Amino acid sequence: MHDLSTVVDLSRTQFAATALYHFLFVPLTLGLSVLLATMETIYVITGRDIYRRMTHFWAKLFAINFALGVATGLTMEFEFGTNWSTYSHFVGDIFGAPLAIEGLMAFFLESTFVGLMLFGWDRLSRGKHLLVTYMVALGSNLSALWILIANSYMQRPVGSHFDPTTMRMELSSFPDLIFNPDAQAKFVHTSVAGYVTAAIFVLGISAFYMLRGRHLDLAKRSFRVAALFGVFSILATITLGDALGFINGHAQPTKLVAMEGLWQTAEPLAGFNLVAWPDQKAQRNDFEVKVPYVLTPLVTHSFNQAIPGAHALENAAKVKIRDGIPALEALHTLSKHPHDTDALAQFRAHESNLGYALLLQRYAPDVGKATPAQIDKAARDTIPPVAPVFWSFRFMVAAAFTMLAFLIVATNYSVRNRITKKRWLLRIAPWMIPVPFLANETGWVVAEIGRQPWTVYGQLPTWLSASTHSVGYMVFSLTGFVLLYSLFIVIEMYLMVKFIRLGPTDGSTQPDSPTPALHSSQWSEA
Amino acid sequence: MDPYVLLKLIWWLLLGVLLCGLGVMVGMDMGVGAALRYYGRSDGERRAVINMIAPHWDGNQVWFILGGGAVFAAWPTIYATAFSGLYVVMLVLLWSMIVRPLGFEYRSKLPSQRWRKGWDWMLFISGAVPMIVFGAAMGNMLEGVPFHFSWDMISYYTGSFITLFNPFAVLCGLMSLALAIYQGSAMVMGRGSGEIRERAMRLLTWAGTAALVLFSVCGIWVSQMSGYAITGGANPAGPAIPLDKTVATLGGAWLHNFMAYPVLWVVPAAVYVAVILGMGAARSGHSHLAWWLGALAWVGTIGTVGAAMFPFMMPSSSNPSQSLTVWDASSSAGTLTWMLVFTLIFIPIIAIYTSWAFWVMRGKVTPEKIEHDEHAY
Repeated sequence: MHDLSTVVDLSRTQFAATALYHFLFVPLTLGLSVLLATMETIYVITGRDIYRRMTHFWAKLFAINFALGVATGLTMEFEFGTNWSTYSHFVGDIFGAPLAIEGLMAFFLESTFVGLMLFGWDRLSRGKHLLVTYMVALGSNLSALWILIANSYMQRPVGSHFDPTTMRMELSSFPDLIFNPDAQAKFVHTSVAGYVTAAIFVLGISAFYMLRGRHLDLAKRSFRVAALFGVFSILATITLGDALGFINGHAQPTKLVAMEGLWQTAEPLAGFNLVAWPDQKAQRNDFEVKVPYVLTPLVTHSFNQAIPGAHALENAAKVKIRDGIPALEALHTLSKHPHDTDALAQFRAHESNLGYALLLQRYAPDVGKATPAQIDKAARDTIPPVAPVFWSFRFMVAAAFTMLAFLIVATNYSVRNRITKKRWLLRIAPWMIPVPFLANETGWVVAEIGRQPWTVYGQLPTWLSASTHSVGYMVFSLTGFVLLYSLFIVIEMYLMVKFIRLGPTDGSTQPDSPTPALHSSQWSEA
Repeated sequence: MDPYVLLKLIWWLLLGVLLCGLGVMVGMDMGVGAALRYYGRSDGERRAVINMIAPHWDGNQVWFILGGGAVFAAWPTIYATAFSGLYVVMLVLLWSMIVRPLGFEYRSKLPSQRWRKGWDWMLFISGAVPMIVFGAAMGNMLEGVPFHFSWDMISYYTGSFITLFNPFAVLCGLMSLALAIYQGSAMVMGRGSGEIRERAMRLLTWAGTAALVLFSVCGIWVSQMSGYAITGGANPAGPAIPLDKTVATLGGAWLHNFMAYPVLWVVPAAVYVAVILGMGAARSGHSHLAWWLGALAWVGTIGTVGAAMFPFMMPSSSNPSQSLTVWDASSSAGTLTWMLVFTLIFIPIIAIYTSWAFWVMRGKVTPEKIEHDEHAY
């Protein structure tokens, strides 16, 4: 038993580490592809060479980032099978489909056209190259759509049922799966968060050039495009974040409890915990600062609904666990006597709470003999770790509003063409670059730690989902990933910084800062 | 025929198509990586070779990713059992593969020769190792893997990782590497000139010869090894649960399908014909034809494995009755149908734009051209 929970913990650590790492590169790819398409569109419409050079330059940085996104994405495609084989068997009939469609519809598109985008400048007409860039942006956004449809199934398992013959979840409605309300909100929220990431990345680097007085024309225009793009994107991110919180909060009340640090049911109009120090063991906040009346309208979009707290949800979970026990027992009978109609009837009567019985199985391998204490323990597990979710959520929201303020100010000065005079803003801008990345990561933490103790909410507990590896295997793989990924990030950051410092180099017609490249190209042509 | 049976068969064939796509397209790029230091002696020559595949390696690699995704969607039990059972092998595959995008993208970003040489070796590793693992994984499927299921379908792998690299599996791995180098060489011949083209042609002959020798050795080995045969309880139209049948291990069982349907001998014969004609085509300068014949050799090789094993996909050596077969390892009929719809719509679209991408980037790539191309790697 001890071994099993160590393996599950190590598998979780590895998945979180590789997913969070992958998610450092993906949002930038998502957003930068759309920004590149925007810049190139301006070039094709106006015919002004500066926009071609802008597209070239940012595409170079895009490529450095893209390579690591692709590389670390390979890990993700295989990690479900290598480390979460029970999960993969349990929901593969549903979860695999959006992943495969992502490959068919999105990865092929993105990956085939990215080659043409980077290498086809001299072989394609302007219009065709622009089309290629659009395809890259479309491909990366479609891949976000499908992977989030898959993720949303873990958050809100719709369009499926458990089949007692094949011992797994099976698809009942494909349209329900793809039109999962969670997926809709999550897709837009996540992709526009990627746009914000790219906007702030471009703003920071452009500001760096302006401060140094280098590549002024390119920097000012890039700054303006990115600021406008960013301000709309952050507004969409916040709006959809609220929608997602609303939708997901209803589907997963336990996550909501963790996000808001709610141990007791919040009767309307409840106050919002601005800061709190949640104590998971004692199930209370040791310390909290409340903003009165705000929580109820924020979470329920109404003034009269109560929000169930951890205690109430735990009690509800106990009922579900007890109800699920006959389902699991019937399943055991059915595995030996597949045609036992009584067992099937018993299973059907209780199947909606099968997942809760599996939760109990951790403490009582024979669930029929479970003691009330074991049921209490399993029920307590249904509340995710509150502190990391609570604080990640607050960090993410604070970061979003900081970025909103920054982007509004940046847009204002940039549009009025006074940005180069606002050196204080230019000095802040490069330091803003890590903010969206951290917000993305904390967003992932809220969504996925908040989903605990489930891999598939209400259906499959995390403790049961991992592959049955030895601890030794897990230590080996985790060590390998840590070493390899650490090396990768060092190399990537080194190249990124180097090419940012180098700046745009293909500027043979650059008026504002004659570079050595200008002279050498004149030499070679002469 | 029962529609569920038909769907299972179609998806078994589509898995074959995906594996062939992986072998041909990813194999080509990996062959180039593995033999990069042979094709190109100077940095300029190596850059020329890398830039032949620069615009395409990423698109080609999606065959590998889609392979993973499609196995997950259509054969979830195989995805779960094979990827976790072959854990260390999968990690070796993954770690060697994820170095590759960086190798392409970062190698020529700095002028330092040490930097570039380092990445050249990375490209060698990330070309050779995955192809060996790919072949070795196929070899392990033929031999059977020690795994079993508990009543609730949790899979347990009971072997050690070192047995996954047994002599037969390693030979299969080398066979797959040989085909990959053949395929890469055919491409380098077509898009290179002068010395590079000469070297690619020489290497193609060596790789083709090695592939035929290894294919023959592996073939004889397979005919002698103990294969698997269903002895009862399998229901092709039944639900996907691999616990209800009985399976026996028999010497020479992998030849049963060929004996029952002698026409199947065409499939392994195609490998010999394709490689021999391909080497001839390369010698007379028809690199394009040699490339397509190489693709045919991949189809023949993967087809031979499929024909020998059908309906087995992943036999269990420790509990043969729980082996995974076409009949009991698939998704539900609904998922297979939806996936088929998407596949039928998107595969032609993918074929069209991939061909367009190759057409746009067509033509010889020389060290001189690369020197003056600011967009090149």
